[in-house]
Amino acid sequence: MTTNIVSEKSQHKERKLRDYFTFNTDHKVIGIQYLVTSFLFYFIGGAFAEVVRTELATPDPDIVSPELYNQLFTLHGTIMIFLWIVPAGAAFANYLIPLMIGAEDMAFPRLNAVAFWLIPPGGVLLLSSFLVGAPQSGWTSYPPLSLMSGKWGEEIWIVSVLLLGTSSILGAINFATTILKMRIKDMDLHSMPLFCWAMLATSALILLSTPVLAGALILLSFDLIAGTSFFNPTGGGDPVVYQHLFWFYSHPAVYIMIMPFFGVISEVIPVHSRKPIFGYRAIAYSSLAISFLGLIVWAHHMFTSGTPGWLRMFFMATTMLIAVPTGIKVFSWCATLWGGKIELNSPMLFAMGFVSSFLIGGLTGVMVASVPFDIHVHDTYFIVGHFHYVLFGGSALALFSGFYHWFPKMTGKNYNEGLGQLHFILTFIGLNITFMPMHQLGLMGMNRRIALYDVQFQPLNLLSTAGAYVMAVSTLPFIINVIWSLTKGTQAERNPWRALTLEWQTASPPIIENFEEEPVLWSGPYDYGIDDEEQEEESVSDMLADVSAK
Amino acid sequence: MQSSAIDSQLTVGYEKETESHSHGHPDHRMFGLVLFLISESMIFFGLFSGYMIYYSTLPEWPMDGIELELLLPSINSIILISSSFVMHKGQSCLKNNDVKGLQLWFGITALMGVIFLGGQLYEYAHTGFGLTDNLFTSCFYVLTGFHGLHVTLGLFFILAVLWRSRKENHYSANKHFGVEASELYWHFVDVVWIILFILVYLLPLQ
Amino acid sequence: MNIPGNIITLIAGILLTLISLWYGQNHGLMPIEASQGAAEVDDLFNLMMTIATGLFLIVQGVLVYSIFKFRRQKGDKTDGPGIEGNVPLEIVWTAIPTVIVFILALYSFEVYNNLGGLDSETSRDFPQEEMQMAENQNQGKMVAFNPHQGHLSLGIGNANADIEVDVNGIQYAWIFTYPDSGVVSGELHVPINKQIKLNMKAGDVIHAFWVPQLRLKQDVLPGRESTFAFNANRIGDYPIICAELCGAYHGGMKTTLHVESEEDYQKWIQENTFASAQEKADTMAMMTQPMTKESRLEMHSHHLGVNSETLAQLHH
Ligand code: HEA
Ligand code: HEA
Ligand code: CUA
Ligand SMILES: [Cu+2]
Repeated sequence: MTTNIVSEKSQHKERKLRDYFTFNTDHKVIGIQYLVTSFLFYFIGGAFAEVVRTELATPDPDIVSPELYNQLFTLHGTIMIFLWIVPAGAAFANYLIPLMIGAEDMAFPRLNAVAFWLIPPGGVLLLSSFLVGAPQSGWTSYPPLSLMSGKWGEEIWIVSVLLLGTSSILGAINFATTILKMRIKDMDLHSMPLFCWAMLATSALILLSTPVLAGALILLSFDLIAGTSFFNPTGGGDPVVYQHLFWFYSHPAVYIMIMPFFGVISEVIPVHSRKPIFGYRAIAYSSLAISFLGLIVWAHHMFTSGTPGWLRMFFMATTMLIAVPTGIKVFSWCATLWGGKIELNSPMLFAMGFVSSFLIGGLTGVMVASVPFDIHVHDTYFIVGHFHYVLFGGSALALFSGFYHWFPKMTGKNYNEGLGQLHFILTFIGLNITFMPMHQLGLMGMNRRIALYDVQFQPLNLLSTAGAYVMAVSTLPFIINVIWSLTKGTQAERNPWRALTLEWQTASPPIIENFEEEPVLWSGPYDYGIDDEEQEEESVSDMLADVSAK
Repeated sequence: MQSSAIDSQLTVGYEKETESHSHGHPDHRMFGLVLFLISESMIFFGLFSGYMIYYSTLPEWPMDGIELELLLPSINSIILISSSFVMHKGQSCLKNNDVKGLQLWFGITALMGVIFLGGQLYEYAHTGFGLTDNLFTSCFYVLTGFHGLHVTLGLFFILAVLWRSRKENHYSANKHFGVEASELYWHFVDVVWIILFILVYLLPLQ
Repeated sequence: MNIPGNIITLIAGILLTLISLWYGQNHGLMPIEASQGAAEVDDLFNLMMTIATGLFLIVQGVLVYSIFKFRRQKGDKTDGPGIEGNVPLEIVWTAIPTVIVFILALYSFEVYNNLGGLDSETSRDFPQEEMQMAENQNQGKMVAFNPHQGHLSLGIGNANADIEVDVNGIQYAWIFTYPDSGVVSGELHVPINKQIKLNMKAGDVIHAFWVPQLRLKQDVLPGRESTFAFNANRIGDYPIICAELCGAYHGGMKTTLHVESEEDYQKWIQENTFASAQEKADTMAMMTQPMTKESRLEMHSHHLGVNSETLAQLHH
């Protein structure tokens, strides 16, 4: 009976390149589609950032006009968030969740494909706004400015964010259902990989917060097109209500952008330091704690917008509290490294780089949570420094870490280790040169979103621009590596890292429905160095106990 | 014993695979729908919160002497709420494999839905104020309109179930996801209406 | 030589504390302090810097140490020790951040309260009767909110002001009106050591009023009034910066705060009060008018080292 099914499965045809351009329902195809699409947008968003930095090399608005400058950073922010980090998180989730829990596919494969196919139109639409005058009011799109600066560009921005948000919700439904319902039968919640926990927490956040953004954008659309005045003070509306609705989503969004990558790091570190993850349950539950706290801190983006004093105090306290669960994770990763047998390859380098620079972003995060201090630095480059450390130093480095870690699995090819390490070194240096000076700029008095600034700030800005060029160069070894490995790379083994999670138990790349037969759990996901003999002893004593009980 | 259970599950999955796209696992669509509805309710949560902020911070609500007619919307509410019970009868019929009953009760539900929407449109035509008159009227039209959109979707959902139920054995006592899903959706739309009715029609009264 | 491990740890700990304490006080990242409030914010920031430096050194230290100490030897295929957790340790690193966070929150609360953020005036809920609505402003329907109307309150501090100044933020300029003397100006002059209160409104979009040397910032919203109170204790000229994106020339929306001695301030007021009512109306009209390309360029011209005459030539 069983053998029958197996042979039927292995008869499935090979993947063809063409499949990647179609409405395919295989979660692995969709995962790759997400990944490649998101990287394309990364290059576009990155190119915009380079123009922004070039403009900021001198105090005068000389490279681009101030209007264009505003359009560029608006699209840079929007693209990086909605078209790079969020879809890239979904890419890993799509590719890995079914493999990690031993399923054949996602719970709703067709829904999954729909979710992906909302992204390219959303992205193209967003870029097309350049034809009618791109939106200029920042990725936050605060009214009344957003109602006054270019109607159609703004409307395109709204529609495209709505599309991308819908995609994200559909994805989350799939992730949550798959994780909760489709694990192989002997994998309980506490023996699934931490990446799945992270995605569970992320999905909950997506489901609860994204729709609120949709609501806000619908109202904004009405103001823009139909002439209502929900957020327009000229008709009695209240712009601050928009800010509340927007941040109710967009604060959780920052955890939507980081938590999948916390998950990635929890996978990478144990494998390459050959030690069990330290404090499995603490890490798993802290994700849930972050999700919960993440929903009640949004007004920390509005400390100067006119939030009542006592409310600011409430939001300050809840915001700072997030340092506790996040700290648990950071310390647990450090403890996992401690005493391990660390292999300093590309995934591990990026993972350690992640811990190092995310820490900086997190520490400045707690500082800006403090109301009196935030009143000084709100809307300055200190904030820009904060969020690039958590977004680039955090999400992006972890993304690269995961990329190298699973590259052999996803493509069946080994990547070039030397180029990978070069990529890391350039990125890490570039990132610190670019974003570190921003903190000082902000403290000294440079506000954000400006194309012209005071001359006294030029030296640090030049430094930052130089760093941005280093980052641009750092993408070269990466691109070369990918092309070289795909064409010339050696065939990857099934399990090159000798890892224990289930995705490594099948071929590289995995066959069409993932496993030849339903995989069996013969160890926990991170049981490195847990002595086999010890285990045997345990099971023997268990058996003895059973016998004596009878 | 256990292993054979898995085997049969797998085989069932593969048989299904050839005709539909669902994979070799039990049906999780209901679970997915519930997640979706949780998510949907958050849109309304957001819109209602915005409304409540205006309600509680503006000195006059509704402003410019606007008063809402209550009779028609109340009748409408009763129709919509009772349609939920009517619909449930349809599902109970199906539980006894009575497809005719299903069609009858679902048909009535659809009709009640249409009446509700008609009533809504009639109300729009007779309010005497426009979308952009002031903040309250904007809230009124957008909230009720957005809900109306959901009613319309629910209506299509019911009609789809009716359409499919014509086929022999499409729905049976143990295979009726569409029936359950459309019903759950309809109840959801109902509950939203109750909250909306309280917030938009009743709250401004005091 | 064989130094016991706990002595190394002890030395490392002391070193870490010393470095953190030193850097926390000597980072030199903040601009000049021009008020008592600014000094308090800086003390808070210094404490946060101290803590952050300590945490930074600990975590980076662990990472760097691990890179050198726990590297896998070539060909070593064995696993590390199978340690899955350590409950006391985990409790410690949950408890310590919790305590730190509580201290920071309480301290911030204290500082914020001293800045006047929890002033009962600004966060007070007034009964509905006191509210007044609708005061027609430009183009018909602008609803002016009374700041006392129980609407979400705005602003920092209210205190008993010695001097009140009305501030209007428009794309892309600040206009200051001194109600007592009727002086209208594009720059803000205040005497030293006086409690100043700004009543701020915006004419079009959201702006934000920021003086880095006061460490204070407050959004200025159209249709609502927000307040901003400070007491400058250092004579000097400080930038006033618009910190909220308000359009293409947001970066150019800047002016100066002059903190002066009482005499200089009085002199300035005297000089400006004589400006005729007509002149005042003219300035107002000019400043509220939508800007032309030229006037915008002019605004930024000080960066480019050109003056309005050359600009005029350029355009003719
Ligand atoms: C991945 C994205 C990401 C992440 C993870 C975070 C994480 C955090 N952020 Fe950040 N944030 C952004 C992305 C992110 N942020 C963005 C994009 C903006 C700007 C939006 C815009 O305006 O355009 C922003 C803005 C922003 C603001 C508003 C600033 C302003 O505009 O005035 C605030 C204020 O409280 C804040 C706080 C925090 C805090 C407290 C955390 C915490 O979660 C950090 C917790 C982590 C640590 C603290 C480090 C590890 C912990 C330890 C080692 C334990 C011990 C530590 C202590 C006791 C301190 N962030
Ligand atoms: C994940 C999110 C993310 C990432 C990765 C980045 C990456 C970068 N960001 Fe940005 N950034 C944001 C999110 C992000 N940013 C957000 C949300 C804002 C706020 C927007 C707002 O205010 O509304 C912002 C704003 C922002 C500003 C402030 C603008 C302002 O306020 O005026 C600056 C300024 O320096 C900046 C710089 C950079 C740089 C140099 C990078 C670099 O790391 C980029 C490195 C990438 C590359 C170098 C790509 C390489 C590719 C090429 C060079 C082109 C090659 C092309 C092909 C191969 C086709 N970003
Ligand atoms: Cu005004 Cu920026
Ligand atoms: Cu936030």
